[in-house]
Formats: sequence, C-alpha cells, structure tokens
Amino acid sequence: MLLQATGLTKSFSARKAVRNVGLSMEAGETVALLGPNGAGKTTTLRMLAGFLEPDEGAVRVLHYDMRRQRVKAQTSVGYLPEGAPLYGEMTPWSYLSFIADARGLSGSKGRAALMRAANRVGLGATIYQPIDTLSKGYKRRTALAAAILHEPPILLLDEPTDGLDPNQTVAIRALIRELAHDKAILISTHNLEDVETMCRRAIVVDGGQVVADGEPAELAARTPSKKLGDFFRAVTRHDGAA
Amino acid sequence: MNAFLAIYRREIEGFVQTPAAYIFVAAFAALAGGLTFQGGGFFESSSADLTAFFALHPWLFVILAPALTMKSWAEEVRQGTIETLLTLPVSVPFIALAKHCAAWTAILFALLLTTPIWFTVNYLGAPDNAAIAASYGMSFLAAGAYLALGQACSAVTGHQAAAFVAAVLIGLGFTAAGAPAITDAAARSLGPLAADLVAPFGFAARLEPAWRGVLDMGAALYFLLFAWVALAIASLFASARRGG
Repeated sequence: MLLQATGLTKSFSARKAVRNVGLSMEAGETVALLGPNGAGKTTTLRMLAGFLEPDEGAVRVLHYDMRRQRVKAQTSVGYLPEGAPLYGEMTPWSYLSFIADARGLSGSKGRAALMRAANRVGLGATIYQPIDTLSKGYKRRTALAAAILHEPPILLLDEPTDGLDPNQTVAIRALIRELAHDKAILISTHNLEDVETMCRRAIVVDGGQVVADGEPAELAARTPSKKLGDFFRAVTRHDGAA
Repeated sequence: MNAFLAIYRREIEGFVQTPAAYIFVAAFAALAGGLTFQGGGFFESSSADLTAFFALHPWLFVILAPALTMKSWAEEVRQGTIETLLTLPVSVPFIALAKHCAAWTAILFALLLTTPIWFTVNYLGAPDNAAIAASYGMSFLAAGAYLALGQACSAVTGHQAAAFVAAVLIGLGFTAAGAPAITDAAARSLGPLAADLVAPFGFAARLEPAWRGVLDMGAALYFLLFAWVALAIASLFASARRGG
C-alpha cells in the first residue's frame, strides 16, 4: 500500500470540514476525489500531503506515519496545491531549481530532473520568464512540474486542469495517464471529464464525508441514464454547502 | 543541508529581487554614517572613537530589522506558498533558521558597507581597533536577535504590517530596558528588585561594554539565546498553521 488514510477528521472552528474519511491507494491507481465546491476535497488533500494536521485519524505514506515521520513521508509525495501558489518574482527555472535543491536533487542530477519535469509539462520558452508574467495555465504547469520533479511514487493533485485551455487540458490529462502506470495518483476535482478520462476509481465526497466509492462506469450505472453526472447530482447537494 | 541551502538561497534571491533589502542596506549605511558624523558629535569630541556610531546601531535595528523580516512568514501566508514550503521534506525549524541566516547575511552586508567609517577614524587618529572590531561583532549578534524577533512577529501575526508594528514595539522595549531612565522608573514605581530584573534584558546596555573594548561573553550568549528563543517561537507558530 503506497498511501493509506484512516478516519480523517478536520474542523475549522465549529464547522466540520472533513468527517471520518478513509482511503487507500496502490501503485498504478489513479483515483478521483470528486465533490462539489466546499465538499472537503482540498482539506483532505492537505491532510494527505502533510500540510494540515488532522484532528483525528492518520495518514501513512509507504510505511511512514505522516504525523510522527513527516519529513520522511513527504519525501515520497508530490503535491500540487489548490491555485498552484508560486513565488512570483522567480522564473520557473529558478523555482524548479529551488524545489530540486530542497528535495536533495542538486547538481547535474537536479538539472536533469528539472529539465525532464519541465519538458513533460511543456513549459517551453516560458521557463526563463518571471512567474508573475505567466498565464494561469503556465503557472499551473510550473507547479505541476514541481510536484513531479522528484519522481514521487504518490501524486496529490488539487484541480490539475483548472484554468487550462482545452489543448493544455488534453496535454495534462495525457501526462497524468502516462505517469499513472507506476504511481498512486489522487486527483481532487469537480470536473467529471477529468474523472472519466483519467481515473480508474472515484471517491465522491459531500459535506466532508465519503458518499460513494467505485469505478466511474460502475457509479454511472447506478442511475437510469448511466451518466456519471446524474449520479454525482443524485448523491451530492447542489449548493455545495458542507 | 541541501534543503537548508536551497531555502537560504531562495530568501537571498528574494532580497535581491525586491527593493526592501536595498532600502534596508542603504538606509542603515546612510543613517549610521550620517548621524554619527552630523548628530553624534564625532568631530566635536576630538577623539578617534566610534562609540556614537555603535550606540546608534540598536536603534536603527529596531526599525530596520522588522522591515527586513516582516515578510518572512507573512508573505508565505499571503501568497499561499506556505503550503509548498510546509509540504517539502524539511522541518519547520530548519526553514526558520534558513530564513534567519539569509536576513542576517543582509545585515552583515549592511555592516560591511559602514567599514569606510572605520578606515576614516584610522585616517584621522589612532582609535582602539580591538574595541571597534568587538563592537562590530556584538552589533552583528544583536542584529541576529532583532531579526529573530521580527521573524517571530511575522509568524505569529501572519500579516506584514502587524508584524512590523509588533516587532518595532517589542524591539523598542528590549532596546531601552537597560537604560537608566527605564531602570530608575522601574525602581521608583516597583522597587529596586524590578529594576534589577529589567536591566539585564536591555539590548543597548548589553552592547556598551563592547564599545569600550570589553568582549562580554554573557552579552554574546544573551543575544544568541534571544535569537534561538524567538526562532523557536517562529517555528512553533509556523507549524501551528498545520492546524488550519
């Protein structure tokens, strides 16, 4: 098991954002964490990445406990945060160099990893442009390159195709499919096309809880129309309130 | 170590690419030099010593160190990069230390820029160079304490302006704590024990022996310990953001 979470619960003030969420993932599995806005997807991903401490429950990455062996656990995780936050004054090159160094990939090994990741996401000539001047799509590509740079066995991607144009979306979906053969990839999304084109399994969350878990086609088959969108609407609240 | 150096270099790059560090270095060199020669009575004293110059340092650090450090955690929170930073395989105290060392490097650069003043007094007379060297060393250590305080305020408040104001006010308190006006007031209002309790914390008072050429190891340790405590607070509050 590459990634295992049990009983994850997180509250912000009086609001319970995530309640008793559990999941486990193996290599070669691409799983969608599907839910409306405010369902608790980002909070769940943040707990899995070790950014947020769960109030209850535990995360295990390989054989490391995220709470007690955080640094070792985080070595094996690549994480694309929501909104792809970056240092605007840096260029993608200097940002990715920083990430490579921080992950212990220095010198020629680091440069090779950087170039491989930059080429995979298609940064092209923008790699020497200040990040502040890049489009939203290229910023997201830069953040995605940072997440895959160290070839982690686990990838946590929060809305990886958000803000991308149709061509970029197709390219990033193809990249994720290519990466999927030896990694456990968890994608947080509310885009049903992302789920149908990339994921073998979908975990549907609403109000901070898992409301369904299964193969997209199997979930879709539970509705008379056999459409995943209809299933999603049936099991989630339409206002997205948690 | 790689991660430490990576964060250190990123912070240095951040300083180089934004005007705050330039303003800090220029303001420090200009104010320290200008006030020493114009308002510090350097020429009137007719003696080749830099006491007036070094006496200004803590007061300049009170204002300028927070200007350098107010962004350290607050900006990470504002632009969301704290999420990237705290999901790297690096412990938070290491991140805080790397940030601190980068800001300390900027201070070192600012202090080095003032060395022409040292050469000037040597040209004009025969100063006690050992005392000047000791004073530079202690100023550098004191700067470390002010920077760590600034970083702690940035981590606690998560807001640049609030961090600046808090660090200036707390810094002022620690700078003035050993001054006779403060200790006398404490003695008058709360008794001599209060004055004895307050006096050892005064940054400016702790620096004074160095100006006379006395290397006070107690003062050096005090500044290092102060910085360590402040960085521990910064780490604690930065880590607490994991709680949401």
